[in-house]
Amino acid sequence: MRARDIGEVILDVRNISLSFGGVKALQGISFDVREHEVRAIIGPNGAGKSSMLNCINGVYHPQEGDISFRGEVRRDMDTHHAAASGIGRTFQNLALFKGMSVLDNIMTGRNLKMKSNLFLQALRVGPAAREEREQRGVVERIIDFLEIQPYRKTPVGRLPYGLQKRVDLGRALAMEPQVLLLDEPMAGMNVEEKQDMCRFILDVNDEFGTTIVLIEHDMGVVMDISDRVVVLDYGRKIGDGKPEDVRSNPEVVAAYLGTAH
Amino acid sequence: MVDAIDALVYIECLDKNGSFKKSCSIAAIRGALLRRQSMNRTPPPTADTFPRLLLHHASARGNRPALREKDLGIWQTYTWSQLAAEVRALACGLATQGLRRGEHVAIIGANRPWITWTTAAVQSLGAIPVGLYQDATAPELVYVFQNAEIRHAVVEDQEQVDKVLEIQQQAGQIAHIFYDDPRGLRHYTQPELMPLSRLKTLGQEFDAGNPGFFDAEVAKGKAGDPAAMFYTSGTTGNPKGVVHTYAALIDRARAGCELEHLTDAEEVLAYLPPAWIGQNIFSYAQALVAGFCVNCPEAAGTVTVDMREIGPTYYFAPPRVYENLLTSVTIRMEDAGSIKRNMFKYFMGVAERVGGRLLDGAPVSLGERILYAVGDLCTYGPLRNALGMSRVRVAYTAGEAIGPDLFRFYRSLGINLKQLYGSTETAVFVCVQPDGQVSADTVGPPVAGVELKIAENGELMIKSPGLLKEYYKNPAATAEVLTNDGWYHSGDAGFLDAQGHLRIIDRAKDVGRLGNGAMFAPKYIENKLKFFPFIKEAVALGDRRDMVCAFINIEMDAVGNWAEKRGMGYSGYVDLASQSAVYELIRECVEKVNADLAQEERLADSQIRRFLILHKELDADDGELTRTSKVKRGFISEKFAVLVDAIYGGRAEQYVETQVKFEDGRTGMVSATLKIMDARTFPAVKKAA
Repeated sequence: MRARDIGEVILDVRNISLSFGGVKALQGISFDVREHEVRAIIGPNGAGKSSMLNCINGVYHPQEGDISFRGEVRRDMDTHHAAASGIGRTFQNLALFKGMSVLDNIMTGRNLKMKSNLFLQALRVGPAAREEREQRGVVERIIDFLEIQPYRKTPVGRLPYGLQKRVDLGRALAMEPQVLLLDEPMAGMNVEEKQDMCRFILDVNDEFGTTIVLIEHDMGVVMDISDRVVVLDYGRKIGDGKPEDVRSNPEVVAAYLGTAH
Repeated sequence: MVDAIDALVYIECLDKNGSFKKSCSIAAIRGALLRRQSMNRTPPPTADTFPRLLLHHASARGNRPALREKDLGIWQTYTWSQLAAEVRALACGLATQGLRRGEHVAIIGANRPWITWTTAAVQSLGAIPVGLYQDATAPELVYVFQNAEIRHAVVEDQEQVDKVLEIQQQAGQIAHIFYDDPRGLRHYTQPELMPLSRLKTLGQEFDAGNPGFFDAEVAKGKAGDPAAMFYTSGTTGNPKGVVHTYAALIDRARAGCELEHLTDAEEVLAYLPPAWIGQNIFSYAQALVAGFCVNCPEAAGTVTVDMREIGPTYYFAPPRVYENLLTSVTIRMEDAGSIKRNMFKYFMGVAERVGGRLLDGAPVSLGERILYAVGDLCTYGPLRNALGMSRVRVAYTAGEAIGPDLFRFYRSLGINLKQLYGSTETAVFVCVQPDGQVSADTVGPPVAGVELKIAENGELMIKSPGLLKEYYKNPAATAEVLTNDGWYHSGDAGFLDAQGHLRIIDRAKDVGRLGNGAMFAPKYIENKLKFFPFIKEAVALGDRRDMVCAFINIEMDAVGNWAEKRGMGYSGYVDLASQSAVYELIRECVEKVNADLAQEERLADSQIRRFLILHKELDADDGELTRTSKVKRGFISEKFAVLVDAIYGGRAEQYVETQVKFEDGRTGMVSATLKIMDARTFPAVKKAA
């Protein structure tokens, strides 16, 4: 049961290979992401999950293969371009501005949507002042959505890890992405925090129709919230399909349980 | 300052955009405050139900603020006439959904304007609102829904909707569930569900077609009709539905308003559970009687900030809240620089000597007055402001005994903190300390209209216009507490002192006897323990035994901070609670209590001989506390029977395994080997006769 039906393919990854010197991080990976779905990428440590995300939002440029977003093939796209076209992301090791408040951190996510120039913004005059007020309204809605009102003015560095993750998600949401890439959104959380985060991810998917691609370690979580799962191991794709199919795939089981290859 | 400018800028923009209809600026609030002149028209005696009071205010002070809620970071105001319009629409909407006179409606949610709208809308139709606690579990709800034959429920969000849907099979008659927050409910297809916004639209359509309907329904209400039902948490058995009439609630609300001279200029913060009668009296009944404004905080976690912004003039909090506030002040002062710390220490000393006497109107020398004024300028004023209590005229505490130090602290700052005595069955106002006659161990003389007497067994009996009508569908229980000539058995043991002030010792049924026949008042002992900031909960055992022993829960924040200062490492509650240094710390507290008990001839035998620190925090989810956070002594001594045996068996430690319930409903096990420690006792002090 879901608010929006899963639509057409929105992001298509074809035959991606990425290597750093002699290390082959990704080898001929192909998969697609459909509109409004929750797509998970799982795999043991060093499987190439984060590298895959980095290829999608333009941090790395794969040596082979191509990625098309909304039917448009993009090669050597930079991160700014990816963000502007509607791909948002959060980071495994949190890249928040620790000394800034929650409000300001999320506000930075609105930067792409602001039109006035840096100089006016710095002085908070003229159109910049009006623009900032409009943006503040949007940010307040995100704060409300993520239930972080008590921490609005708290410097992010003082918040517990689980909340910082939520702020990170808030900042990514602030740019109103069509596709949201979440890099281990639940790493290092306790059971309760994980459940909260799951609920927020599903709510984002439900309320805004955002397509979600997430990397996760915790198999239970992945199976519960994803529509389809890609499994990577040592840079190769070893499984792709619905959670229940993937779970029963012998190769996946072997990779996760560490049986001899 | 920056924050204030920030807020103004933000608010200004929203006005211009028109994206928020009911935004208000701080300047507008100030203006409204200044315009408060002779607006205080009291409601006529014909306004003897809440809906009629509401309509009175809508015409007498239609443009004055009735409700505020903080939403998306700013305060949104609803005037009395807007409030009346909302209530009218929702009442008509509920009528279209088949709500009939005399039926019960469940209301579950946090303090938001819709709670007030719905309560008044339900009452307008002559139906009876039943507030339920948000954290009530599904099985707890089943009983109430069945007992009150509830067909209509109005709830806050997905979490509550899920809970009500879950019990639908068992409490079969639920026909309509209305919800405020649609988030996550988009794909629910159950025909019973409807958003409140839709209910309002339906109501407005119905109202347009039947314009006389609402007023006719309101006119049908009578003062003697049941106005609301409150389920008491009850330490044993099923909860009981306490039925109160309009006459009872309005009479008590009015008595309270008159005693404290409350006007329509008051501001209150609605932050306690709406299902609790106190919240209903302070933020609904009294607001409707006096016509003052109720403010809903943004979220549970923002209450302190919201309180600072609103600056309530009339405030209620259980001792626990005052204690937490003081703890946070103390912790912050410990971390402050030495100049600030010394200034705080010095002026708090002055305040302790002078502050309370000034409030009581006792004579104070000029020198001390000047010193206090300086202290007010540099310490008390800023501190009151930080606590959000700058404008508080009347602050109440009730529900539990309050520590004398805690009580004195607030009073010495110039905050008019007073004690109140009452219960669900008595519609709160039984005793209140009048200004100038305040002390930490009494609860004051009876409020106008109340008569008290002490039964032979020491139980307090009450006669008051605010007594319950009955326990719903439970004549046996009603007969147990209400005598034929109108006296109510309070269940509390207490006595009236020489000044006619009531003093409460314990629950009458909990007062037991030690093996040697000496009186044993467990709560009295537990309260003495809990007055220490390091102790969160305590359970005293000793009824029909040779000695008194205690189970203790440490206060994680305070003990954690204490441990950090000493460079002690710990991994969590269980680890911290088991450390020897912590045991020593708690032993000192226990021994101070013993020294104190030795002073009171009748209680000297109740000194605590042995104690242990529990490995888990007592929790309502595990059934160890009631929903109002009172310890269930019997349940605890059964659940931890192993520990009881060990403590009385003289053992030095005991291994124990306990099941705990997590917030998501799953269960797990906690195990630990607990140390049991002996405490020093003191010879009883014989007072000279």
